[in-house]
Amino acid sequence: MLAPWCEYENAEEPVLRLGQQAAAWWQERTAVERRGTLVVAARRDLPDLRRFARRTEGFREVGAELASLEPDLHGFSRGLFFEDEAHLDPRKALADLHAGLVARGVRFHHTEAPANLPNVIDCRGLGARDTLRDLRGVKGEMLVIRCPDVTLTRPVRLLHPRIPLYIVPRGNGVYMLGATMIESEDRRRITARSMLELLSAAYALSPAFGEAEILEVGVDLRPAFPNNLPRIRRIGGRIYANGLYRYGYLLAPALARGVADLALHNIRTEMVDEDRD
Amino acid sequence: MKLFYGTALPNPLMLGTAQYPSPAILEQAFRTSGAGVATVSLRREGAEGAGAAFWKMIQDLGVLVLPNTAGCHTVKEAVTTAHMAREVFGTRWIKLELIGHTDSLQPDVFQLVEAAKILTDDGFQVFPYTTDDLIVAERLLAAGCEVLMPWGAPIGSGRGLSNTYALRAMRAEFPEVPLVIDAGIGLPSHAAQAMELGYDAVLLNTAVARAGDPVAMARAMMRAIEAGRLAYQADPIEARDMAEASTPVIGKAFLS
Repeated sequence: MLAPWCEYENAEEPVLRLGQQAAAWWQERTAVERRGTLVVAARRDLPDLRRFARRTEGFREVGAELASLEPDLHGFSRGLFFEDEAHLDPRKALADLHAGLVARGVRFHHTEAPANLPNVIDCRGLGARDTLRDLRGVKGEMLVIRCPDVTLTRPVRLLHPRIPLYIVPRGNGVYMLGATMIESEDRRRITARSMLELLSAAYALSPAFGEAEILEVGVDLRPAFPNNLPRIRRIGGRIYANGLYRYGYLLAPALARGVADLALHNIRTEMVDEDRD
Repeated sequence: MKLFYGTALPNPLMLGTAQYPSPAILEQAFRTSGAGVATVSLRREGAEGAGAAFWKMIQDLGVLVLPNTAGCHTVKEAVTTAHMAREVFGTRWIKLELIGHTDSLQPDVFQLVEAAKILTDDGFQVFPYTTDDLIVAERLLAAGCEVLMPWGAPIGSGRGLSNTYALRAMRAEFPEVPLVIDAGIGLPSHAAQAMELGYDAVLLNTAVARAGDPVAMARAMMRAIEAGRLAYQADPIEARDMAEASTPVIGKAFLS
């Protein structure tokens, strides 16, 4: 999801500012759906919706309009509509990015990197922990489901005191349900509790999700620094770009630009927090 | 200040470690407020030490760590989690939380007493999260607890002290027992009120972690707690129905 305004509810200012560049950047390279994000809460959790509204910007409040925006949403009377947000299919985006680079003559080596390269950019995520000691993993769990009975055309977030859930349409009745955030580095499998919470939240959005087919379960770790913001570091001639946390697609363009500025022009932009030989 | 199992707390603020926007903000909230105790959950993060990176950050705060059994619904789960906590943090302290009701997260006091006995017999120093019921409190003390942590209101509700009558009664009934208001605090005024009632400490998490500016709110809570404690020690006046002039009026030309 390219949702800088929604993410800003619980993130620091660079996420909002740098994240706003993302949709335009990706649009030049892959298909981007610009249909906004809807944020809703069950009647008893409306205080959370008010709090969410206070903590961010870039939305308008919707009531009766909800029914025309997403007719299949069930039982919600109020919501926030972040009209300028966008979403993409991450796997397609990566494939398109790869194809675009190959077309420009970039070569991909899938085993060892060639020796004597003038610039080495290390983007290994948690794998770079041998050097980046303050990196940690935050567990995330998600589901991909198919439910042709429900039609949602834009990402929907359901606020809840304990389980913030979002559902992103992938087309053809397929939806991504995400995502837990647990301070754990257990990347082996989803827990019953997490699956229950994700599916219960989907069911709360529309009971028709009860008939969904579960296509895929995803579990992995988000690499994160203590302030949950990405960082660029040049250590011993190698440039490290890491810590994208839950902002991979949102902040990758800004992170990449920062890396290029450092590698090509020796300019230290705001994400660079260490530069030593 | 009363001792908590023989340990003097640096101050009466116990701060939870969940739900902050980032560990960096969590750390600032601790540093700025000076909170002396950090509570930390193991249940969900725990599998085979997978939460180690986060736990190390908590330990690096340099404050007393009070692990909890948040999310446990049975005696068995709570006892297992307590053992894991003792191993991970090398402490005998355990905040015992046994949830009995999904929506209100009300403690299951029957299982709570049972688990408190098992853990105390096993050498743990139990901080039970309980209701304001005096009989349950007695049972917990009989089970070996030396601290009681009654709720102010349901966890995360931010409603403040729902039943000050019962909390006042508990303070009066157990004058020597360290008492901590745990859960339900939303505003600094709630925390101050808890201290004005003579409570020994306040434990809170959501009110700080989910505030727009958690660091500022942590500071506000600490100031309120200090104010409430000072007020309690200063022996406040009794409330009256009628005005009582602070300056004598007899002899003044107030009728002219």
